[in-house]
Amino acid sequence: MSLGPYASFIVASYAAAALVIVILIGWVMLDYRSQTQRLRELEERGITRRSGRSATERR
Amino acid sequence: MTLIDLANPTRFLALTARVLPWLAAATVILLAIGLYQSAYAPDDYQQGATVKIMFIHVPNAWLSMFVWGVMSIASLGTLVWRHPLADVAAKAAAPIGASFTFLALLTGSLWGRPMWGTYWEWDARLTSVLILFLMYLGLMALWRAVDDPSRAARAAAVLTLVGAINLPIIKFSVDWWNTLHQPASVMRMGGSTLDKSFLIPLLVMAIAFTLLFVTLHLAAMRNEILRRRVRSLQMMQASRVAFSSELGTGSHQENASKGAA
Repeated sequence: MSLGPYASFIVASYAAAALVIVILIGWVMLDYRSQTQRLRELEERGITRRSGRSATERR
Repeated sequence: MTLIDLANPTRFLALTARVLPWLAAATVILLAIGLYQSAYAPDDYQQGATVKIMFIHVPNAWLSMFVWGVMSIASLGTLVWRHPLADVAAKAAAPIGASFTFLALLTGSLWGRPMWGTYWEWDARLTSVLILFLMYLGLMALWRAVDDPSRAARAAAVLTLVGAINLPIIKFSVDWWNTLHQPASVMRMGGSTLDKSFLIPLLVMAIAFTLLFVTLHLAAMRNEILRRRVRSLQMMQASRVAFSSELGTGSHQENASKGAA
């Protein structure tokens, strides 16, 4: 597979897309970890929802 | 499961927990197939290998408009139907849509330099997409500027619906004005003008990027629901502290008045 004289433009496009997508995935994953951690800390201090269910509960 | 069932955030979290691994797996598989097909697609007779930028540029450009469309429907959900998850969906989609729009602009610029001889031209298509990107940023700033999510949601919904006027302008800008950007070659009356050897990898990449958006959007919505739970628990904690300190002050005053008597 030869990319010709404009290889740097092609590689830069794909690299930029990969970088932005990795940052997006990383942001979503870190945000999830941060929110669940904060909820756990609040529940450990005895702050619970009115329903009494865990705030991270999924069912 | 109906849309009304999903109005319950706990049910929505249960659904995302079940669906997200499958969506992520499907995205990875389709992206791998799309990238393989893009790598081995033939060179264009005019553009040479730079046509490969199309497989990354076009899906991002489509999604930049599609995400705003999703946010517009969610905004209607906020203003008209008052669906509890509508503003969560709109808020979660904005940074993802901004990223796709940024990539559409950047890859378009990198494609434009070797093909047009310039990175940027103030023509109707490029300028209207730049405006879309700025609107995404403005919307994200608005969400951050207002503390109360329900107040921010209404303002953001109005702004999103006003901004939706830009979508047909972007789509038809190449027909309405004389632009450097080429006219539509896939979604047009009379069918695609692209050869199958380009069209198939392009469609696979477009589906892969759409799946990527759905996966990231559901995950970001889940995070937003958790963030709002954190906020409500923090408010409960603050009101408990205020209540107990009021009680403390009240008993001090009672003791003081007893002492004085």
